[in-house]
Amino acid sequence: MKKDEEEWTLVVKPSTKWFDLHLKDLWHYRDLIMLFVKRDFVSVYKQTILGPMWYIIQPILTAITYSVIFGGIAKIPTDGLPKLVFYLSGITMWNYFSECLNKTSTTFTTNAHIFGKVYFPRLTVPVSIVISNLITFFIQFLLFLAVLLYYYPSSTVIHPNSYMFLLPLLVIIMAGTGLGMGIIISALTTKYRDLRFLVGFGVQLLMFATPVIFPLTTLTGNFKLLIMSNPLSSVIETFRLAFTGVGEFHPGNLIYSTVFMIVVLLIGILLFNKVEKSFMDTV
Amino acid sequence: MKTVIKVENLSKEYRLGEVGTGTISRDLNAWWANVRGKENPNLKLDIIEKAEGKVIHQALKDISFTVNEGDVLGIIGKNGAGKSTLLKILSRVTTPSVGTFKVKGRIASLLEVGTGFHPELTGRENIFLNGAILGMNKQEIKSKFDEIVDFSGVEKFIDTPVKRYSSGMYVRLAFAVAAHLEPEILVVDEVLAVGDLSFQNKCLGKMSEVSKQGRTILFVSHNMQAMSQLCTRGILLQDGTKVFDGNIQDAVKQYLSNSIDSSGPSYNLLDNKDRKGTGALKFSKLEIYNNNQLSNNFVIGEDMELKLSIKAFKPTKNISIAIHLYRYDEIVLANIENIDSNFFIDYIEDEAQFSIRFNNLNLYPETYKLGFWIASSNSQETYDHLLFCAEFNVLEGSPLVRRKLLKSGGSIYLTPDWKKIK
Repeated sequence: MKKDEEEWTLVVKPSTKWFDLHLKDLWHYRDLIMLFVKRDFVSVYKQTILGPMWYIIQPILTAITYSVIFGGIAKIPTDGLPKLVFYLSGITMWNYFSECLNKTSTTFTTNAHIFGKVYFPRLTVPVSIVISNLITFFIQFLLFLAVLLYYYPSSTVIHPNSYMFLLPLLVIIMAGTGLGMGIIISALTTKYRDLRFLVGFGVQLLMFATPVIFPLTTLTGNFKLLIMSNPLSSVIETFRLAFTGVGEFHPGNLIYSTVFMIVVLLIGILLFNKVEKSFMDTV
Repeated sequence: MKTVIKVENLSKEYRLGEVGTGTISRDLNAWWANVRGKENPNLKLDIIEKAEGKVIHQALKDISFTVNEGDVLGIIGKNGAGKSTLLKILSRVTTPSVGTFKVKGRIASLLEVGTGFHPELTGRENIFLNGAILGMNKQEIKSKFDEIVDFSGVEKFIDTPVKRYSSGMYVRLAFAVAAHLEPEILVVDEVLAVGDLSFQNKCLGKMSEVSKQGRTILFVSHNMQAMSQLCTRGILLQDGTKVFDGNIQDAVKQYLSNSIDSSGPSYNLLDNKDRKGTGALKFSKLEIYNNNQLSNNFVIGEDMELKLSIKAFKPTKNISIAIHLYRYDEIVLANIENIDSNFFIDYIEDEAQFSIRFNNLNLYPETYKLGFWIASSNSQETYDHLLFCAEFNVLEGSPLVRRKLLKSGGSIYLTPDWKKIK
């Protein structure tokens, strides 16, 4: 009988331990993740005339708007960089984070009808969102490179440098932080719908606490400390430094961002895992 | 026999009314009160709710059973008996409140067909997506792809977005994917209630084919005919508890006898207040027999015998008796009189009992009501008249019937002789 007990492939109990994560399951369902990625990517721009062109139009329009409002009217300096390059460098990186956060934060509520009918590891959904946004990020990153290349011959300020090799780490930090915060919110919104209203608004506010539309060099004292306490600041700043040569880099800040990302992601996964078991009863 | 599923003391509770407190502030309040060692300020409300006895609903109470490899287990019960909750737990959509369940092998569940279909994607893309959601990997789906398309019969439209499909095509494609799942254990909820009749039959055929391959299936349906055809074993749930576990035929029988009004098959008519007539003669008792056993449940082709007792308060001559047959909604179907059968009643004194036999019952599955009337032969004087005083049921599952009898199809099942003459 004892031997029999060990043969069960699946045992479901009411109380789940916090660290009972089933991350291996996620690997078994990798095909599903890729199919979700494909679905998200393909379905978004079906029945649009410009199709995937929107991936490029969106950041360009945003960068132009910022150039006019923040650069032209508010006269916020751009550290000598061409305005388009400056804003696009911030937007490209920021968009990836905010899209990851926004889309993963509604995982449970938007997929309730599927989750209520069939079991698969729920984490496949937020993970697939992060991956499909990674594709978007690369398209927008290529756009940024193209704009950079256009300005490069005529500008004396732009000096791409070896910090570029940090790009994978920067992307991982953005993805991890976005995913972590997103799934924390998604887990909490199953119970507290209030949060749903806060997310869009909160992300917008957070952007203004990140050097997306202003250079870090213009800040001093406590105000700078406040902005640097935002773990996303050093990521944006390092990215800008790597490709344009303008910006600040402190290894300590980036380590802080990395640690923050790991902690948020861990809390997110634990919370998500706790909620996924029984959210159908509360959603 | 290898045990592949073991369910132990499973219970599931739901909180009724507002789930959770709903807002962060109230929960933070409660938490803060707890930290300070004070009473939860929200608790008062809970106590009030509890006093009204509506806080917790037990959907499942202490359910235990095991399933062996190759079993085709039918789970039956009325609406609200806990079938769906049990299936939800078994398919891991939700967790039990108490108890465990253990599974050996891969388990897949079909609580719905077409879960995760995306309207903008083509049939082909949706087959892959839906298959993956149901637990297949890409390689498995690829190897089954042609079979799935073939079964669904939508090959012409396989590269069209499914939002352009007719609802029938959509459902057929969805079922086709589900039907080609190959887990060791399959959990199925009433998905057969989709599509037109011929497709339903195709689905049933597929299901029995699958069950013959020795795979374990857990099946929930209201279609008792399908249940008795497919399943080998039945579990009957009632108000969240398991009341029967065994042979499917017995389970279905018990379900049907539980599912109808507990009145009958024996009626004491003398106490019935709802009657008209002079009262010289009164109907005193009715017993309904199926094959010499007291029962008011029948299937088509069985013989129904009514034993009707009459008490005479005054000796009476030249009597006529009529039996009124009503549909459940009290629409009259027939007025049956003794003289129609060449049977005459001259005289009743003290007590009399008549046997009225209906051979080869040919009524559609439904509940029927009976009324009785007794009068003088010339209909001048009504002695006793009872409206809707008894019921009997015709159930599905007759061995003589080879198709599903829909209620919209009428009330009388006729089987004339057919012959090809040209």
